[in-house]
Order: sequence, then C-alpha cells, then structure tokens
Amino acid sequence: MQLANKRKGSSLTVMLTGELDHHNAADIRETLDGMLDGSVKDLILDMSGVTFMDSSGIGIVLGRYRRMQERDGRLYLSGLGGSAEKILRMAGVLGLVERK
Amino acid sequence: MGVNMIQNHMELTFDSISQNESFARAVAAAFATQLNPTLAELSDIRTAISEAVTNAIVHGYSNNPAKKVYMSCEIQGNVFEATVIDEGKGMENVSLAMQPFYTTMPGTERSGMGFSVMEAFMDGLVVESTPGRGTKVVMTKRIGSVGDDE
Repeated sequence: MQLANKRKGSSLTVMLTGELDHHNAADIRETLDGMLDGSVKDLILDMSGVTFMDSSGIGIVLGRYRRMQERDGRLYLSGLGGSAEKILRMAGVLGLVERK
Repeated sequence: MGVNMIQNHMELTFDSISQNESFARAVAAAFATQLNPTLAELSDIRTAISEAVTNAIVHGYSNNPAKKVYMSCEIQGNVFEATVIDEGKGMENVSLAMQPFYTTMPGTERSGMGFSVMEAFMDGLVVESTPGRGTKVVMTKRIGSVGDDE
C-alpha cells in the first residue's frame, strides 16, 4: 500500500492506494501517525484508491479517530466504496466518523 | 445445476507468515472465478479468506513462521466452500471468540471483527476448535449466476 499526503493549512489529506490487510496494517499506522504533527486538526483519509480492505482497516480507522479526538481534531473519510465501505459500515464506524 | 454441474477441489499449504494473507486470498479468488462470480461476490470471498488466514497466523500460531496453514477450496454446483486449518493453540470458547469486537489482543488495534466479517460476507460459517490442537474454519458461499445456462 502507498500513502501520499497533501497539506492545506491545518488539514491533512492522506491518499491510500492498494491493499490494506493485517500484513501492512502496522506500517500504515506508523506512517499515518508520523504524518500527524501538532498542527494537524483535520485528518482526511482518502480511501478511493483502496483496492482491498479486511477488518484490519477497522483498527486503522478507529485508532486514528481516537488519536484525532485526543488532540481535539477530527477524522474524515472520503472516497469509500466496495469492501472497505461494507466492513466499516458493519462495524458501526460510519456512525462515528464523518464522510467528506 | 444439472448436467453441467461443476465439481472441483484444490489444496494449498503455506507458511504462517503475513505475506501469505494476500497470496491465499488471491488463490481462493482465482479458483472461485470458475463460478463466474460478480465482482462483489469475489470481493466477499477474498475478504473472508483474508480474515480466516489472518486468524490462523496471528491467533493460531502467534506469528510463528515455522508453522503451516492449510487451505482447501471446493466447488459443488454453484457453491464455493473454503476451509482454513491451523494446528495452533485453538480456542477455549468459540462462541465468545465469535462475538463482534471480542479480541484477545487489546491495545494492538486488532478489531475483533474477523469472524463477524466472515459471517457477513459468506453464506455459511462453521468453526471448530480444540485448545492445543488447532482451529478449522469452513465457509460457504452460493454464487448466483452459475449453472443457469441449461
């Protein structure tokens, strides 16, 4: 999986491209958290390039949701579809995290 | 079904390493394509296989690369069946492990939704486990469009 980011003021958009599973979840988590400097208030995960996601993605999204809450920031999801959307909906994540 | 009913079987053994999660789901999906599934059905199979194989590696074998995961897939008519077996530590209480959000690894961002995903994405799920002996997961999915051409 590849991650690319775009910064605009206090808003950070991260585009995820490829497959998200248990194998690469730890790397993705570490990379995402490394991008969060103190000035990021809005984190937007652009999922439009995600070609596969299993339940490992729930942990990634919920973990970042908590992290953003801890710093009085917000997490948004964009570009959801396919299995990623189905899994996140099933786990109730879409009731917590706003979509952009 | 009928005279053109497909029957097929495959078996695969692979090391208990996380790189094989994508390998296993790709193999299962490639095998299932004989049933001419929709993209959504194929995606469901890939996801469910990924969950079962991840459980075997992470929970069954605690990421021990010396261990082996056994996967077999079968086609009977328009039904796809996948079996994932580990000879790892097994579970004391299968029903508890199958509860949504139940995890034995809190703090690791493991969601505890693996079995729930398998249940939701497949039509049938049977889990047998013996502590100290291992776990066997059997999943079935009826594929909509096969065998209707006669």
